[in-house]
Amino acid sequence: SLNCLDWSLLTPATKEMLAQAEQLKGRFQGDPSFEYNFAEINPQAAEKLFEGGKEPVIKEEARLIATIEQIDRAVGIVPRGAFVKTPLGSVHENRHFEGLSLVEAKKLSSYFHFTEPVNLKNKTLLEKANLDPSTDFLDSLEHDIPQGSWSVQLEKGGAVVVLRSLLWLGLTFYHVPLTKQYGYIYFGTGEKNMDLPFML
Amino acid sequence: HGPYQPHEPGYGLDQPEYSPYDDQIPDPKAQMLAIQNAKAYLLKTSTKSGLNLYDHLANVLTKILDEQPTNTVDIIENISKDVKWARFQKKMDTLRDQYEILPTFEAAEKCKALFVKESGEENEEVIEEEIGQSPLPNVMETAFYFEQAGIGLSKDESYYIFLALKNLTSVQPIQTCRFWGKILGLEMNYIIAEVQLREGEEEEEAGEEVTEEEGKGMDEVEEQDEEKKKEDEPPKSTYKPPPDIPKEANGTGANKYVYFVCNEPGKPWVKLPPVTPAQIVCARKIKKFFTGRLHAPVVSFPPFPGNEANYLRAQIARISAGTHVSPTGFYQFPEEEEEEEGGDTYEENPDFEPPSVAEMVGSVSTWAHHVKNILKQGRCVWINPQKSEEKNEDEDEEEEEEEEEMDEQQEETGPPLLTLLSEDEGIKDIPAWTAQHSTNLIPQHSVAIIQSNRWPGAYAFATGRKFENIYFGWGHKYSPENYTPILPPPVQEEYPSSPAITEARDPTLEEELAFKAAQEALAADEEEEEEEEEEEE
Repeated sequence: SLNCLDWSLLTPATKEMLAQAEQLKGRFQGDPSFEYNFAEINPQAAEKLFEGGKEPVIKEEARLIATIEQIDRAVGIVPRGAFVKTPLGSVHENRHFEGLSLVEAKKLSSYFHFTEPVNLKNKTLLEKANLDPSTDFLDSLEHDIPQGSWSVQLEKGGAVVVLRSLLWLGLTFYHVPLTKQYGYIYFGTGEKNMDLPFML
Repeated sequence: HGPYQPHEPGYGLDQPEYSPYDDQIPDPKAQMLAIQNAKAYLLKTSTKSGLNLYDHLANVLTKILDEQPTNTVDIIENISKDVKWARFQKKMDTLRDQYEILPTFEAAEKCKALFVKESGEENEEVIEEEIGQSPLPNVMETAFYFEQAGIGLSKDESYYIFLALKNLTSVQPIQTCRFWGKILGLEMNYIIAEVQLREGEEEEEAGEEVTEEEGKGMDEVEEQDEEKKKEDEPPKSTYKPPPDIPKEANGTGANKYVYFVCNEPGKPWVKLPPVTPAQIVCARKIKKFFTGRLHAPVVSFPPFPGNEANYLRAQIARISAGTHVSPTGFYQFPEEEEEEEGGDTYEENPDFEPPSVAEMVGSVSTWAHHVKNILKQGRCVWINPQKSEEKNEDEDEEEEEEEEEMDEQQEETGPPLLTLLSEDEGIKDIPAWTAQHSTNLIPQHSVAIIQSNRWPGAYAFATGRKFENIYFGWGHKYSPENYTPILPPPVQEEYPSSPAITEARDPTLEEELAFKAAQEALAADEEEEEEEEEEEE
């Protein structure tokens, strides 16, 4: 939506869209039908597409979809215990989630990425023994590369814990300890911060 | 023991009048003694539990008389057990629960200090005098306007900042004060106030100590040289580092304002040191996150001269120079402009007629910078490091409008002071500024908002005569390309290579022997030839 009044549904992202959107740099224009000309950016890819019979143009809408998907996948986080996995394999919200305690809330290991786990299998058997399979089935934030790509701050004297991602500048996650309130939101230019390793 | 059966000895003794000793009426004294003995027996403490029967019975009876339960005789054993059990529970805990001091409480205490109004009659008089010239900015009003655009902090935080600024103005001798903005950091954030101190109250900065230390260092080196004169000295390098570009004096150029920072409202304000051109030049080359601690070192290449406080000050200077704008015409050069100062001063235009909000949004030329642009050298006013004359260069600065890159020896120019925003160059095809209305629905009350694309996070609003700039962000410039650090300089050659110096491989033993043999052979041949010649002769 451009004016918070009229909303249009976006289609889910496809792998092609993701691959193409990675090559685009610079700010979004603000017009969903704006077309980026591939020929300027990457003539080789444009030629490939030509051969495939498609036009070397990508619409901003597709770029938007791909960016949203990337952000969600990379930095969409939830607190530990908010979601449980049943023995049948399905994941759903934990209605008994009472929130993290203050001590837990300051640790990065109590937040998980809300996507298919990648690192879980690599953990040693010793570590796995300590995990609780119903709540610890996602990747935690501790092992994010590069280390230190999250900034944890307590606001209002500890009443709210705020995590900000440094990889996607503008992604903010909040949680009120000992309550069920948490959430994340993105305000920004929609560009990945590729300079992160230099900036830490 | 229970009631005695008739065949047991002691039967009937518990009945009065049937005691075997009844006929012997004891003396009152003896009776007293007997009572005391009985009591002493009852007071005998048990070895197991430390109780004695006397006290226990007294407690039980007290409890019964207090509570008066029904059918007491039936539950007497339970009562006795309860009394014994209750002994272990103290009514008055000597250990009190140590309540956790929640961090919320501590934070609230600090904020509470902000809310305390200064007491004392003297202050009341002072306040009355100064009300007309209060340097305190109206942060809440500014926050209201920015809120229309969706920018800003929560009302709570704005109010805390307001109170913190009030504290600052009462502590420091301040002429004008403004809330500059908030820079986010990894561990803590910075809240920044832009301040102009009253004249005559500025202290000399610690930066001067550096030159003093260098002076001392020189003295020590000279002493060592004198000692070494008798010894052979290694060749001294003829390298002279490029002369330091002096920083601008407090109150002019990049150091026009003094900045105070604090991590949170309620914490004490810290003054940032003035910025040097070397720091600005270096800050342009690096891109680092702020940690939130002012004394943290900035580890980077090229090495940044200073700690985080200096880096923060340098970024603030760059952001101010790049993004502080006001409606065109609000400020004007004073009529009696003197070329020498380079147009550093500006004053409010009393004849300013504010353009309508639609105009302000429509074209970017209705806005103008009111902070001097920082040149490549790192200063606002160019200085030739080899000479130190400023007069000639300033005149040229005013006339040229484009930034031209020239050699070090020639002067650098920059856009003059009140340049319109339309002359700001964009980055590739992105314009440098984006303007919009705060709301399209109510045009009468909408505010013109402009945001910078070069420094994401810098905003300015204008409506009528009011305008304000602010910054919320991480403190970095925007570039569509990735940041690449500068390559280290090429390794310096020690000496130019020439055939005279290049080493050649020494001949091996075999080669030498072969050479010698060849020579001998030659000599032998010559001798033979000579002999032959002699023979022939």
